[in-house]
Amino acid sequence: MNAPTYNFAYLDEQTKRMIRRAILKAIAIPGYQVPFASREMPMPYGWGTGGVQVTAAILGPVDKLKVIDQGSDDTTNAISIRKFFEKTAGVAVTTNTNDATVIQTRHRIPEATLQAHQVLVYQVPIPEPLRFLEPRETETRRMHALGEYGLIHVKLYEDIARFGHIATAYAYPVKVNARYVMDPSPTPKFDNPKMNNSAALQLFGAGREKRIYAIPPYTSVVSLDFEDHPFEPYKHKACCALCNAEDSYLDEIVTDNKGSRMFVCSDTDYCETRQSQGHRGSENAAPYAESANA
Amino acid sequence: MLDVTVSSTAPTVRAPANDEPLLVAENLGKSYGRLAACRDVSFELYSGEVLAIVGESGSGKSTLLQMLSGQLTPGTGSVSYRMRDGVTRNLAEMGEAERRFLFRTDWGFVHQDPAMGLRMAVSAGANVGERLMAVGQNHYGKIRDTATSWLERVEISADRIDDAPRTYSGGMRQRLQIARNLVTEPRLVFMDEPTGGLDVSVQARLLDMMRTLVSELGLSAIVVTHDLAVARLLSHRVMVMQGGRVIETGLTDQVLDDPREPYTQLLVSSILPA
Repeated sequence: MNAPTYNFAYLDEQTKRMIRRAILKAIAIPGYQVPFASREMPMPYGWGTGGVQVTAAILGPVDKLKVIDQGSDDTTNAISIRKFFEKTAGVAVTTNTNDATVIQTRHRIPEATLQAHQVLVYQVPIPEPLRFLEPRETETRRMHALGEYGLIHVKLYEDIARFGHIATAYAYPVKVNARYVMDPSPTPKFDNPKMNNSAALQLFGAGREKRIYAIPPYTSVVSLDFEDHPFEPYKHKACCALCNAEDSYLDEIVTDNKGSRMFVCSDTDYCETRQSQGHRGSENAAPYAESANA
Repeated sequence: MLDVTVSSTAPTVRAPANDEPLLVAENLGKSYGRLAACRDVSFELYSGEVLAIVGESGSGKSTLLQMLSGQLTPGTGSVSYRMRDGVTRNLAEMGEAERRFLFRTDWGFVHQDPAMGLRMAVSAGANVGERLMAVGQNHYGKIRDTATSWLERVEISADRIDDAPRTYSGGMRQRLQIARNLVTEPRLVFMDEPTGGLDVSVQARLLDMMRTLVSELGLSAIVVTHDLAVARLLSHRVMVMQGGRVIETGLTDQVLDDPREPYTQLLVSSILPA
């Protein structure tokens, strides 16, 4: 590089130290939102500026990075962030969940069980779980401080009153370490149980809202519910059309204008791994034979 | 004037469970710069008793109510409250968490503007249920049953339970606000102009309902009002304020029928004849 050169992983060392201090504090108080001096990043808010800053602060030269967007390694957001760190940090990248040491994600937790040497970094748009019920930031911070969480159940009550069941399907509120109520970012509630007692460290970065929070390894994460309406992870009643998986979170894909649709794994790495192991779904039972349309 | 206000008498005082007063105010005062909004107010409130604070606007009624309910730190003096365990404690010495817990369990606060006391965007059932959920009730069916029975008690039809208060009339909103406050069976309710801004027929109905609830539940209440009819109908005792001071205090009928101070005489004689 002869033109302007960047520090390793784009951010300067002082900024990284500041972010690391916020991360350490967040790990020390699971689920608590730590304010930090979020920097402007060379991407718009909403594209993962918080997650990118957290990743930049924890990345080392020997790390192997994986970036997913809605479970997929090959969508715009995932590719551009992966390229960003390839260019500015020169770290190795991978799409394989088991090989990665740092995984930055938008909206999904990989299907493969995460391990102790891995860190999962979430991109968070709105970190405050009480935001749409209580607009005052001063008040929500006081409610967190005093552990006043009656209001979060009002939201769940409203769901049941309107739809007959808890209809919140993503950003489903959880209680971390029996203390702080946390918004797990817009992950589908299917993924909530994976946060509980996970071996991997989970970090959450919200760039526009300037907040970092964390779930340390092996911490209890409980999805809130009512006794008579318990938490249920939601998933389409189908199996993957490509790899026949029955236990993964599925995306619904519309295939024509006549209402035909297929369900495929949202986690592309999981799906490809299964296909390479010989699992076949309804849509690719016989490779290279396009008999269905012929 | 409405005939209900003329013919009625205040509900009978229930025998207090304890001889100790429920709430004690001592030398309460608050100044905003050079303006003394409230000076040297002392009184005792016993359980089952309803106290009305009357006076013209700017006389310090609302400042006093905010100090009594712990929302405003008094400049001078103190407020003590007898907790459910029978121990009388100074509000200023309680932690914030404890004070807020007290505020949403053992106390109620009815605002003049229901929009301040309600969550206008969530359903009536959730509005009533919020306090229950805040004290840890975690059974949807039971919360909903309690909310339904409270809506019926405040004369709101049960089939409006899933409607937001935005869709309610002014009188219904005020009744919903009362239900929301009473659901945890508080022992003390603060009311700031509870009938303000309602038309007279709605006022009469609301007052009638409040009087029934107060006597049924044995509530204590402190009602701030500029409407002497409200004071006459609801309260056992009246405190008249002017310029931040209490100028006259006594039993409601005594103060209203036989006012001593010139200002009180003026207030009483200013009631428009119907």
